[in-house]
Amino acid sequence: MEMMYLNTIWIVLAAAMVLFMEGGFSLLESGLVRTKNAVNVTMKIFVDLTIGALGFWVVGFGIMYGKDIFGIMGTSLFGSPEKITLSIELPGAAFVLFQMGFAVACVSIISGAVAERMNFKAYIVTVSLICMVIYPLSGHWIWNSDGWLAKLGMKDFAGSGAIHALGGFVAFAMAKRLGARKGRFNSDGSANVFAPSNIPLASAGAFILWFGWFAFNAGSTLDASNTDLASIALNTMLAGASGGTAALFLTMKKFGKADPSMTINGVLAGLVAITAGCAFVSQWSAIVIGVTSGLIVIYATLFVDNLKVDDPVGAVAVHGFNGVFGTIAVGLFDKSQGLLTTFDWSLLKIQLLGAGAVVVWGIICGTFIAKVCEKTVGFRVSKREEEEGLDMSYHGIPAYNELERFTDIPTGLYDFEETTGISVAPAGSRKERVV
Amino acid sequence: MKKIEAIIRPEKLTETIKGLKNLGITGFTISQVVGRGKQKESQGVYRGKNYKVTLHPKVKLEIVLSDYMVEQTIKKIFDSAQTGEDGDGKIYVYPILEAYNIRTGKEDDTIDDLVN
Repeated sequence: MEMMYLNTIWIVLAAAMVLFMEGGFSLLESGLVRTKNAVNVTMKIFVDLTIGALGFWVVGFGIMYGKDIFGIMGTSLFGSPEKITLSIELPGAAFVLFQMGFAVACVSIISGAVAERMNFKAYIVTVSLICMVIYPLSGHWIWNSDGWLAKLGMKDFAGSGAIHALGGFVAFAMAKRLGARKGRFNSDGSANVFAPSNIPLASAGAFILWFGWFAFNAGSTLDASNTDLASIALNTMLAGASGGTAALFLTMKKFGKADPSMTINGVLAGLVAITAGCAFVSQWSAIVIGVTSGLIVIYATLFVDNLKVDDPVGAVAVHGFNGVFGTIAVGLFDKSQGLLTTFDWSLLKIQLLGAGAVVVWGIICGTFIAKVCEKTVGFRVSKREEEEGLDMSYHGIPAYNELERFTDIPTGLYDFEETTGISVAPAGSRKERVV
Repeated sequence: MKKIEAIIRPEKLTETIKGLKNLGITGFTISQVVGRGKQKESQGVYRGKNYKVTLHPKVKLEIVLSDYMVEQTIKKIFDSAQTGEDGDGKIYVYPILEAYNIRTGKEDDTIDDLVN
């Protein structure tokens, strides 16, 4: 019974830390988009945490962890997920809260890739579909002990495949279907740089994500008495640090400058890639995985640009490509079954199949969501809304009010008639009003 | 020598710069400004209360040119910055009395060099 108490505290705290990662996503994205869309990306994270969290609680959790049919989906626990019977000493409610953080993280990955040009209502539709059906279905395959990939023996400890690769490739399909932001690509195919609104803000977001990631990975033990969680946390740290190191050096060599956005994404890439293997690999393997992911993220970003898919924050390169790499890396570096440690192919084949299944599922679902939105609420914003910025067109308020555009201005001073001279009011009365 | 001061929509800036470049004009000064003319106040909402955005964000371009360039430059700005709706902006032309180059410390007679 003591373990029940200890596990409850650990998992509830870990869940709160994972949910705090949403703050990281919010700052990261609002720092990397243009000033005129900074409020909009933040509001989208609120949609994830509100509508997404409720949708997962009511329907999603049941599909993911409910009674299995055919290894494909769960069919029970709808509306009462905390009634789940766990084989470990942990209250169902703690487990549900922890899983909720994962579902919300999955959908937040997508919000970055579709930033600055997506209809806000379409985003609400997207969040609902991802949290209620799409993420729980592939999550069921991998994490429900009766899921078809789990039965094959696929290993994905905290979700490189189940969360990051899925989110990344749904994001890829949606960003492709959505088209680029106006003016992003030139007719010769080269990409233009759009000024990010605030790099220190984006960096703060990355630090928060990094902090939350310790709970994301170590919390997935679901067991506070498992001392492996220390080595899991250490692997997480090492992979994030080595991903950032690799990206930092490569940008200095390749671009001549230490690129802040690429370094941030290198750190996140390392964290994404170690997520699947953090409990299964050695510390040195974690560093190798981290370094590789830091290199992958830079070439993947350039590759996505070459495909003329516009991804404002690099979510596809960070989460999509490195989610897949992290899943495959378990097959290479796993201490007991990895190809490079035991010369056994069998786990690697399963990991490749699992990663492939998630990518295909992600692309199909991304395209499906896009079509649903096009048919219902509209997928892309109008040209006018995009030019004005989504902050004003959807939320009525700009992120930063540098020039005091509308506050505290005496109405007489900026009266339409006064300033335009179109007034037909008598000259005498006009003079008085100016004072 | 003349100075052209053009106040345009921010979203038309890239197109306008491209247009100027086609004329060979590569030197100019740009500032972010707010202001208003005939463009209607736009409506914002904050905590359920409507407010009016009385001053619209615009971009101001300042270009100093030889007299013979002025007409075609103005026409180019019309072509690239016009939408046909209120709020497209204004162009003002000023005479320039003297111009100096700070690097050389001498009177600037190289304005035409901006036009390659």
